[in-house]
This record gives sequence, structure tokens and C-alpha cells, in this order.
Amino acid sequence: MSEVKYSKEHEWIKLDGDVATIGITQHATEMLGDIVFVELPEIGSSVEKDGNAGVVESTKAASDVYTPVSGEVVENNQAIVDDPGKVNSDPENEAWFFKLKIKDKAELDSLMNKDEYDKFAKESGS
Amino acid sequence: MNIKKTSLHNLHQQYNAKFVEFAGYEMPIQYKEGIVEEHKFTRNHCGIFDVSHMGQLYIYGDDQLLEDLEKIFPIDLKNLKLNHSKYSFLMNADAGIHDDLIVTKIEGGVIIILNAACKNSDFEILQKTLGGKYKMVLDDEKSLIAIQGPQSSKILDELIPGVNDLSFMSGNWFEFQGSKTFITRSGYTGEDGFEISLENSKIEQLTNNLIEKGAKLIGLGARDTLRLEAGLCLYGHELDINKTPIEANLKWAISKKRIEEKNFLGSEKILTQINEGVQNIRVGIKPEGRIIAREKTKIFNEEDNLVGEVTSGTFGPSVNGPVAMGYVNKDFSKKDTKIFLEVRGKKYPANICGLPFYKKSYVKGVN
Repeated sequence: MSEVKYSKEHEWIKLDGDVATIGITQHATEMLGDIVFVELPEIGSSVEKDGNAGVVESTKAASDVYTPVSGEVVENNQAIVDDPGKVNSDPENEAWFFKLKIKDKAELDSLMNKDEYDKFAKESGS
Repeated sequence: MNIKKTSLHNLHQQYNAKFVEFAGYEMPIQYKEGIVEEHKFTRNHCGIFDVSHMGQLYIYGDDQLLEDLEKIFPIDLKNLKLNHSKYSFLMNADAGIHDDLIVTKIEGGVIIILNAACKNSDFEILQKTLGGKYKMVLDDEKSLIAIQGPQSSKILDELIPGVNDLSFMSGNWFEFQGSKTFITRSGYTGEDGFEISLENSKIEQLTNNLIEKGAKLIGLGARDTLRLEAGLCLYGHELDINKTPIEANLKWAISKKRIEEKNFLGSEKILTQINEGVQNIRVGIKPEGRIIAREKTKIFNEEDNLVGEVTSGTFGPSVNGPVAMGYVNKDFSKKDTKIFLEVRGKKYPANICGLPFYKKSYVKGVN
């Protein structure tokens, strides 16, 4: 299993073979506040790098979820649809969003590692 | 324009508030625990809301003032008891709403609580309409806090004895640390509670004392979810200059006697709409699933015709589901009418429902 990588849109991605698990970061949940609604891409659908792949809504507003890499959705996490609060309590582990069979591993090269992302999140502040 | 701060700004910072700009003021949207926890705390215990940005307008005068104000507001001011309050509207001649407000009759005049974004224009309209005959003061030397929730009366009565004797929508003068304070039993969350007007220099101390007694500061975010669950209108969303109180389904706030007298600003239009009905009317909307329909979401009927628009929509923490209000064509305004909400290009089923979404089983006097 490879290291966790991060996108500028505050998603994390963990690769296991050619299947990637994707979710949103702790920092993202802190910015969003209480998450009360989650919409996930359907199993079998194809998503493109940096394209829309779901929605999260807090009590305040709706935000798009983007996918940091392209691929076919092979699994989505119904547990967070039924209980969106899980995203706030464990965003980078139990509350993953979807799993992709990825097309091109090279797409991960442009993403940030943990240190780079922490620095980015701190600097962007939002 | 310089952004304004209330006298509680330092305290908000101390409690890790996240701030937003609201009507020219830097106001706390939430504190550390977040909107859902703050909402639930208010429903179960006691929340403190800084509403000092709202206008506190004093108009001084005698019976002639009440006479003149009745030409503006559709309430029976002459028969209103001293220190009692009424919810009302400042309207134009077409019954379009400039603002919604609370009028309280006091010794020597009235106090009117105005929305922050409207207070200065309201002042001008009222001054012009009253012909400058009366002394009017938009008091910015006093702060205003609301405390809301089932523990409110117990907590406040310990600090300011006697407040528990106030009945709903009435007020009186009390004393706090040597200062006069006007307190009304009212609020905008669907809970029992009070609004406390106190001079700026004392408000932080009172707020700290309330916190010591177990109350917590609550931000504007939870104020919005609480009022929406309670089915209450927010100016700029459910109400604006292009809507009338009848369209807003607020006929209950207009005095029957005053409708018969037909002599207040907008009364002709109000009477016509009461007799002939309105095209569009405010309703409660309950989505069937978890989908949240935000403001401006389009509403369709079963034949896919556009029949209305959402004016406020969010997730209701006490309802534990999405809630919304909006305006729909009167033919689709009946309770349980099936409608469809267009969210991100897809249509989701919902039903017209009665308001409020959340009703308190709380009985006054039981702590």
C-alpha cells in the first residue's frame, strides 16, 4: 500500500494495487463545519481527474467533491450517506467517500504528500 | 464602509467565534462546537444570542403617537396593554414589506426592534411618515441579547429576579448592576426566552454571568436553523418589498379590527388579498429524503411545471432532516401536496407541510 496523497481541493487518496480510496481531509471538514448531507458518485460511473464526484453539505452550504484522479467507481461508502456526521468524526479513515479503479497511476505524481499538504492547508487557510 | 463590531466582540473572540459580515457588522456565525451542537444546546438548555446589530428604536409620544402609528402598523396599538409587544410590519402603500419588527408599548411611547439591515432606512421612512412630530432615537448605546431555551427563565431569574413573571410577548424594566434594563419575554427560535436590552458597558458582564450559570453563546448559524425549524420568517428571504404579509401567510399578525378600519399603510391591498386570495403563498416544505433545497431552488408540480421557489432551506438538527420554506402557487399550497425540488439539475420529491417543523412540548413554568 502506498503513501496517502492530497489534492489542492482537500481530498486525500490512498492507492492499494490499482484501486484508490478517496475522501476529504480533516482540514476540509473543519472548514465546512457540521456535515449533514453527502452525495456520492454511482458505482460503475466514470470520473475524470479534477471533475465532480459528489457533494457534501454542511448546515451552511453545499460544496462539490472532486476526484484527484480518473477512474471507474467500484465502491461508495453508503455509511456516510446514512450518517453524514461520520465525515466530521473520522474523515481520513472510516468516512472514506468512494473507491476508484484508476486509469493512470501517473496522475498521482502531481499530488502533495502529507507535509506538503499540511503546509498548503495552513497557508491557504481556507 | 467600516465594518462595525458589537460590544460583545471581544467575548466572541474569547470563545473562538468564526465571524461573518452581516448587515455591516462582524458577527459570530458559530463558535467552537459548531452549528448542530449550538442548535441542540439551545433546544435543551439555554443559548445566548448577540443581536446587538438589530435596531432599538424609541419613539416618544402620547396617545396621538399611538394614533399616528396605527396609520403605519396594522396592529391595535390603542388597546395593546402597557409593556406588551406585537409582531408587525413596516409596509409601503402596496403592502410590500420594508421590514418585519416587534413593537412594544411602553410608558411614554414605544420601542420597536428592527432588522439590522433595514434599521436606518426604517428610521427615515418612519420619520418621514410621522412628519418629524415625535422624538425618535435609534439607540446604539444599548446592546441587545436574546437568551433562548428551556433553562432561560431559571438562569435569568437568578441574575435578575422577577423576569420569570413576565408572560410571553410582554416586557418590563428591571435593574442589573445599577443600570436600567428592558427585558421582554420573546425570541425567534420557537423556545421560551427573553430579549434583554442593556447599556453597552454592562452587557459583557451580564453575558459572562449567564455563561457562569450554564448558558452558552450561540452564533447566527444556529439562529437560522432554529428559526427555520420554528417556521419563522427572515427578512430578505421569506419577506421583502415585493411580498405582502398575506402572501407571507402572516395574516394572524394583522389585527381584525384594523382590517375593518382600513386606515393603515397598505390596508387596501391587504383587504383585496384577503377577499380575493393571492397568487403565491409561503409554505413549509419537507423533502422526502435527505436532500437539502437551498434558497432559490425551483419548485415543480407533478406535471413538471414551475410552481414556486424556495426562500430558505437547510438541515434541521432537531427535526433531524432537511427543512425549507418557500413560495408556491396557491393551487399547490395545500398540506401534503407533492412537489419536486430541482437540486443540481435533478428533481427530488418533497411535500408541502404545516409550520412549524418543530414544536416544543415545553410548558411555561416547568423548569
